[in-house]
Amino acid sequence: MTDTINELNNFHLDVLKEIGNIGAGNAATALAKLLDKRIEMEVPQIRIMKFSEVSDVLGGAETPVVGILLRIQGDITGNMMFILDTPSARLLVNILMGKPLEADLDFDEMTSSVLTEIGNILAGSYLSALSNMTNLRIMPGVPALAMDMAGAILSVPAIEFGKTSDTVLYIENVFTDGHDSVIGDLFLVPDDMSYGRLLNALGVV
Amino acid sequence: MPEIIKVGMAELKVARHPAILTTLGLGSCIGIALYDRRNKNIGMAHIMLPSSSIATASANRAKFADTSIHDLLEEMRGIGSDVRNIVAKIAGGAQMFAFATQNESMKIGQRNTEATKTALADYKIPIVAEDTGGNYGRTIELSSEDGSLKVKTIGFGIKYL
Repeated sequence: MTDTINELNNFHLDVLKEIGNIGAGNAATALAKLLDKRIEMEVPQIRIMKFSEVSDVLGGAETPVVGILLRIQGDITGNMMFILDTPSARLLVNILMGKPLEADLDFDEMTSSVLTEIGNILAGSYLSALSNMTNLRIMPGVPALAMDMAGAILSVPAIEFGKTSDTVLYIENVFTDGHDSVIGDLFLVPDDMSYGRLLNALGVV
Repeated sequence: MPEIIKVGMAELKVARHPAILTTLGLGSCIGIALYDRRNKNIGMAHIMLPSSSIATASANRAKFADTSIHDLLEEMRGIGSDVRNIVAKIAGGAQMFAFATQNESMKIGQRNTEATKTALADYKIPIVAEDTGGNYGRTIELSSEDGSLKVKTIGFGIKYL
């Protein structure tokens, strides 16, 4: 299956949107438990863009962001990445560590382990939703974390997409407690072989 | 100030003096900066993958090191450059994420660097400076004035190649 994303039609997109919706719903519930707050979620936005446009999301290629990357293992394999903009990462870390909400984000070991754990929880809830929908065995690997320019972080999923396609597909989630919002972008990049299996299990192809 | 021209991911551009070419937020990708020492023409490519051997028919040639360098040199010739006067500087090729268990796809930065060097050597373009590897992002700016390449990072300062 070559040029997979380019061949996706509107129906495929609806399916991916549904995965995004259910996954994000699960993630919102997990986040609500973690933060002990009522968390609402906006309808995820699915976007397809050219590589040259990729680095303009999240406020520009040089904007510092936090990326959490993990391997997907099991019946399907691939990579999954969450990107949080810096204000969202700061808000989550400060809530979880009981700091004032406007405290600066120190990028120390404690902060990285809190962010890695958030990544773990969000990825786990996404993948378990996907696993339930498809009856496939899907497990998250150990996440790795990086904080750097958005362009540099985004190049990692972009390169994965680049192996089979000239476009990138991503899902933008907005979680809110009615006052503060957390904006996170999700990139799910199944390995080439897994894409067909995934769509198959969803009854799409 | 000369015009600043942005080169996006998987794009390539050339310009006549005076101009500045820039590409923002290089991660595992490579920014290839070419400078014609005689007429001060400049060219820049932002490649994502080492080799077009995995390309499908519709693939964008500018995303691969080999085809991108070929096309970039063509465009440099198109604005009056002779390949013999061109020198290269390269930056990027980082590994943004460290995993305990190394899988091959995570070493893409290193493979991009090697493929870029091989492709430039194939056209006998000397690499006069490089800033590659590491685990951090880079923004680069190439000036047609003197062929200097400014490399900006978050946390590792600014340097000129």
